[in-house]
Amino acid sequence: MFYREAGQFKTTYPSDMAVFPIAQDRIGLGLILAAAFILIPLFASDFILSSVMIPFLVFSLAAIGLNILTGYTGLISLGTGAFMGVGAYACYKLMTIFPGVNIIIWIISAGFFSALVGIIFGIPSLRIKGFYLAVATLAAQFFLQWCFVRIPWLYNYNASGAIEVGTRTLFGIPIVGPNATPEARYYVMLCIVVALTWIASNIVHGKIGRSWMAVRDMDIAAELMGIKLLDTKLLAFAVSSFYAGVAGACMMFLWYGGGEASDAFNINQSFLILFMVIIGGLGSLIGSFFGAAFISILPTVLKFGLPAIGIPLSGATAEHLIHILVGALIIFFLIVEPHGLARLWQIGKQKLRMWPFPY
Amino acid sequence: MKFRHFALGAAAAVLAGATTLPVQAQDTIYVPLLTYRTGPFANSGIPIADGMHDYLRMLNERDGGIGGAKIVIEECETGYDTKKGIECYESTKGKNPVVYNPYSTGITLQMIPKASADKIPVLSMAYGLSASANGNTFPWIFNPPATYWDGASAFVRHVAEQSGGFDKLKGKKLGLIHLDAPFGKEPIALLEALSKKYGFELKLYPVAASDMQNQGSVWLNIRRDRPDWIYNQGWGAMNPTAVKEAAKNNFPMDRLVGVWWAGGDDDARGGGDAAKGYKSLNFHAAGTNFPVIQDIQKHVVDKGLSKAPKDKVGENLYNRGVYNSMLIAEAVRNAQKITGKKAITAEDMRKGLESLNITDARLKEIGMDGFAAPLKLTCEDHNGHNKIYVAQWDGTKWVKGSEWMEPLTADVMPLLNAAAEDYAKANNWPARTEACQKGS
Repeated sequence: MFYREAGQFKTTYPSDMAVFPIAQDRIGLGLILAAAFILIPLFASDFILSSVMIPFLVFSLAAIGLNILTGYTGLISLGTGAFMGVGAYACYKLMTIFPGVNIIIWIISAGFFSALVGIIFGIPSLRIKGFYLAVATLAAQFFLQWCFVRIPWLYNYNASGAIEVGTRTLFGIPIVGPNATPEARYYVMLCIVVALTWIASNIVHGKIGRSWMAVRDMDIAAELMGIKLLDTKLLAFAVSSFYAGVAGACMMFLWYGGGEASDAFNINQSFLILFMVIIGGLGSLIGSFFGAAFISILPTVLKFGLPAIGIPLSGATAEHLIHILVGALIIFFLIVEPHGLARLWQIGKQKLRMWPFPY
Repeated sequence: MKFRHFALGAAAAVLAGATTLPVQAQDTIYVPLLTYRTGPFANSGIPIADGMHDYLRMLNERDGGIGGAKIVIEECETGYDTKKGIECYESTKGKNPVVYNPYSTGITLQMIPKASADKIPVLSMAYGLSASANGNTFPWIFNPPATYWDGASAFVRHVAEQSGGFDKLKGKKLGLIHLDAPFGKEPIALLEALSKKYGFELKLYPVAASDMQNQGSVWLNIRRDRPDWIYNQGWGAMNPTAVKEAAKNNFPMDRLVGVWWAGGDDDARGGGDAAKGYKSLNFHAAGTNFPVIQDIQKHVVDKGLSKAPKDKVGENLYNRGVYNSMLIAEAVRNAQKITGKKAITAEDMRKGLESLNITDARLKEIGMDGFAAPLKLTCEDHNGHNKIYVAQWDGTKWVKGSEWMEPLTADVMPLLNAAAEDYAKANNWPARTEACQKGS
């Protein structure tokens, strides 16, 4: 009834090929952005901002990164956690070597270091595929994590091996460090995520994205069509690691605010992000957001939300119950829709077009 | 914003209901306990959590709280996970907590800048950042009764005493088996400094976190090097494995000394009969033979208010939780005395902690005679560098294996002050503005 494209005629090719061809979608996107930029900072508590929204955005970014590699190019990676770590340590080193430069520049630049490392560990992808590639990226995970512990230069010879984040400002407002308000950190995070998502959307809908998908669907055919496999795969690794690196830097600087970094980027982190991508939907940007929301927000909301609505759950029992509940929900959603939440969303939209008179 | 108030109110109501406290606004002191009863380190976390909870609960049951103010205890599960730890911090900091006990080095490191900015004291009891003992740099952080560096120096002192003097250390081989993580690497700097000073050789045996239960190769190296003594800076599953491996490799058990966190009953029990003689540093006694533990049994455990199984009460890590809560309670009491208020704030609590002075007489009053050494904190010294003793496993329980001894504070202090200075410089740390609260 409301979600119907009748009467929306496309008169130019660009409007026909637009990412959001339906007017309602564009309005919806605008509403979501308005809510994210205005309503949430206005009405959400500090806890919601710093423990729900910022982690969600960080994981969304990391999930987009992995989705580019696994969802769009079909290369399985178990090294996302480590690539995030490279971003965090690169950002830390850059920040301490050049303290005068704004931290946002370093958060973004950290992605390039991560991209470089991603390219190096992506080289085997030309020869090996599938599960074997997963094992090769697992090597990246272990090797890099070993570096994070064993190369004290990376954490400036800190006795506790921790990344220490002092206060950094943007236009005089602290955005990083203990004095930064959750609102400020949220806005910075949101701007980074919106900008990078927009770039990712343009990449995957353009020539590069199409070559990635061609490689994913059948690499021999892609090669015959003139797509250079090595270049394409390495580019996917680079872009994916770039996103992961920026996400890692954001995680350490905007969310955690420093701390014991080597442990934060362990193999569990890699798995978590892989699960986000699988549950959210492979090869879908909106799926990355769904997956991140499902895996990162749900446990927090259950843990702190259930007591808030009057269900007295606390401590270890709650923790165990949440594990059971989240596990059950994962299985439920994968049975209902093996292609992830993004596919579920698409089906929902399709149904909505017929509503209330399905034929 | 409305939601926040609603959520807080609802949470408070639920909490009050769950702990059967009167809902009426009475003078209360809110103490969040960050505990971990789940996750890979739950084995060690559960007895500590029980001990902390039970002592505070006992004060509520027996005395009606501290100085007439009920203690509102809320446990927040961290699973020893830094991420969940921050969540716990963020979700509880709005409810006027008087102090935080992070119970994980990772969470402590996170919390040091945050809590300092939010002006809430952190009591990281004998863990966390060693440098935070410097009260001039870290007015909001307290880590009594001893730092890891004090612990390592106490180990060296113990070796010296057992070998007949510090001059006998020359030419000895001391090994450090440690978790290859910040926590485990902490004592290296101090042991290196001491090895230069006393002329012993230091051998390092790192154990990766993923290999905690697979230390075969590490012990092969130990067998090759034949160190005279080994100091174990381990945690979780690493400890029982180390004890087992030491037994398997015929390493003399009374020359394996663990840091205080390697002193769980289950750590030693894992080694079976062969673990007899295993040593661990300690700063409080184990066992139930103290009035305070008996009060807990009477008022809390026997009434079914504790989560701890009856036979676990009085185990070493349980008593450590009790000791931790005793520090909280005594600091609250001290803060009440200073300010004359019943329901103190975090600000008052900081003063209470800073001028904390637990004397022998006071220990006796609270039923802890012989349970722990006296403790005194000052504005400059937030640690105390208190006396430590070596506990020894007799096959079924921990007993005293040495007299109380002072750590080598003179060797620790220069390192500590340098580390505090480094921290301040690296973080553009603000200078202390809080006035000094002189001890009473």
